[in-house]
Amino acid sequence: MKNAIGIAASSSLLLLASTTLVSAQTLDAVKEKDFIQCGVSQGLPGFSNPDEDGNWSGIDVDFCRGVAAAVFGDPDKVKYTPLSAKERFTALQSGEVDVLSRNTTWTLTRDSALGLNFAGVNYYDGQGFMVRTDLGVNSALELNGASVCTNIGTTTELNLADYFRANDMDYELVAFEKADEVVAAYDAGRCDVYTTDQSGLAAQRLKLTEPDAHKVLPEVISKEPLGPVVRHGDDQWLDIVKWTLYAMIEAEELGVNSANVEQMKAESDNPSIKRLLGTEGEMGEALGLPNQWAYNVIAQVGNYGEIYERNVGIETPLGLERGLNALWKDGGLMYAMPIR
Amino acid sequence: MAETSDVASRRPPSPDAPPARPSRWNDPNFRALVFQGITLGGVILFAIFLVNNTMANLERQGIASGFGFLDDTAGFSIGTSLIPYQEENSYGRAFLVGLLNTLLVSVIGVVLATLMGFIVGVARLSKNWLISQIAMVYVEVIRNLPLLLQLFFWYFAVLRALPSPRDSIPLWESFFLNNRGFSVPRPLPEADFWLIPVALLVAIAASFLVARTAKRRQDLTGEQFPVLSANIGMIIGLPLLAAVLTGFPLHWEYPELRGFNFQGGITLIPELVSLVLALTIYTASFIAEIVRAGILSVSKGQTEAAYSVGLQPGLTLRKVIIPQALRVIIPPLTSQYLNLTKNSSLAAAIAYPDLVLIFAGITLNQTGQAVEVIGITMAVYLTISLSISFFMNVYNKRMALVER
Repeated sequence: MKNAIGIAASSSLLLLASTTLVSAQTLDAVKEKDFIQCGVSQGLPGFSNPDEDGNWSGIDVDFCRGVAAAVFGDPDKVKYTPLSAKERFTALQSGEVDVLSRNTTWTLTRDSALGLNFAGVNYYDGQGFMVRTDLGVNSALELNGASVCTNIGTTTELNLADYFRANDMDYELVAFEKADEVVAAYDAGRCDVYTTDQSGLAAQRLKLTEPDAHKVLPEVISKEPLGPVVRHGDDQWLDIVKWTLYAMIEAEELGVNSANVEQMKAESDNPSIKRLLGTEGEMGEALGLPNQWAYNVIAQVGNYGEIYERNVGIETPLGLERGLNALWKDGGLMYAMPIR
Repeated sequence: MAETSDVASRRPPSPDAPPARPSRWNDPNFRALVFQGITLGGVILFAIFLVNNTMANLERQGIASGFGFLDDTAGFSIGTSLIPYQEENSYGRAFLVGLLNTLLVSVIGVVLATLMGFIVGVARLSKNWLISQIAMVYVEVIRNLPLLLQLFFWYFAVLRALPSPRDSIPLWESFFLNNRGFSVPRPLPEADFWLIPVALLVAIAASFLVARTAKRRQDLTGEQFPVLSANIGMIIGLPLLAAVLTGFPLHWEYPELRGFNFQGGITLIPELVSLVLALTIYTASFIAEIVRAGILSVSKGQTEAAYSVGLQPGLTLRKVIIPQALRVIIPPLTSQYLNLTKNSSLAAAIAYPDLVLIFAGITLNQTGQAVEVIGITMAVYLTISLSISFFMNVYNKRMALVER
């Protein structure tokens, strides 16, 4: 009996409490707990990948570190949640992570019906195909009847369906939940083709038993703008994430990097640099951050070019050219909105 | 003394007035009713709170809700399907494909696991030392390893051992084994083919009749009739006769290597095979223990009594031991069937397109409507499980001890 009364009492209490909906501002919540919870992949070299000691690195990880530097002035105040492609949006929607930085393609449905906001693009990608060299295939149009391995819950499987349908080709789909299993199945010969974003192919190739026995076909069948994502309904947090990305790109454009930022801050007369580094204007305050925010990002994490070269650039095992990800003035698509 | 004065001060009840009624709170039935009412009210309020809170939060974040998405175009492909399915079909159709794939694995798994479980369970009690030890090692090893691990073992270990389609292992020139699956010829029925399944159905119906008549005759006269061999002959013979009469109205579509894979025929994909293998082998180890427990629960006196009236050991097992053991076996067997069905959701790990992969995986991700999708998925598993329970309970009632 006592139990029954207890249940009744606690449920009516809950009912009273429910009138105040959970609408805590993300920035306040993040400051309160003193770290940013960042959703990343389960291991994609160059983008977000843990080493033997569990330290994460990659372009997406550096972005999270950048946001932490902007908010706390300390890039290490980040905790990472590895998410599968399938879990990622639910994790963000339910508030399990504050920002999703997990090579996620910006699409209309995700931006609207999923209740998410894309803060920008930190890597312009496109979907490609990888096959065994000894198969003798030179074009994606020769893939009629092939078995194709991919990940579920991605734009990849939709593009794949569209591409084969548009070219009137058949295929057998073998779709896994985890990227590691896709690679293992492809490596074991379950599929003729492995398809994902081109950067992903370059990264996953390193995990194959014989990376050199495979080649990436020339066709790029889709646009895959990858970028950080936040929840609907918190404009301030969206602004912070968005402008952290712009600050990284703007810094590269202005020639400010982690090595010279100190000197630039002290000596530069360029008003754009002064606004960026917080010696002129109140840019940080407008975002609800200290005025040093962009200075911290650049000094502690680096500008976009540095992050790119460090993680996926030509010197890394992935060896990816800048291509579409060069600055706009170098013929790429990276373009920061003016910081003023 | 206080007590006596207290009693004395009470007025004796007048003969006209009705006796004073005890408070209703002293009635345990009434109290129970009130408390149950309060609890029920609390639970209902809590449910309303949960629904409202979810709706409000979904709306606040601008997440779409409702079941309209089921009619939208799915747009993704599915590797294997029992019903025709194309990318243009709706999410609702994809849901159906996933549900049927889940049921397929569950049904095959339940049948095979039961067969294997019974064999191993009986083998465990064998007087042959080697057989009983092998059965014991099997049970102890398999049931103590996580199912997911076994699933990966069967999938990747078997996959790696098999050759590519171009180097397939041929069996009798028409079956091919490779790392894309096991390709077998597909039967293509011709015009008069319907006669054969009809003949089979007639044979099955007739065999039930024969069994009943034979039993009645034995009850009345004690004469026995070779029911088993007669029925087997009938079930094989009748369709065969129909086939001969219609001139074998069936031809085969043979698989052949075209391009990357074998085209034509039926291909059993490795995902299905390894999932069925893993589920069967795992669940059979539990069923074996249940069967052993059931058989051991029948007291030895029953066997001795059966022998003493001259029954053969085989007949004793069939007519005396198994019927009594079944009463102990069926209830835990039901749980194993439920476990197998629910465990089939691990399929998502090895790319077998079951309900969880297609619906709670791909569909959830493409539509983002987690609440609806997970709700439907849970309702489906609940329905399947409750149906299995229902049928097993009906069966259990029929087998239960009837006191005469």
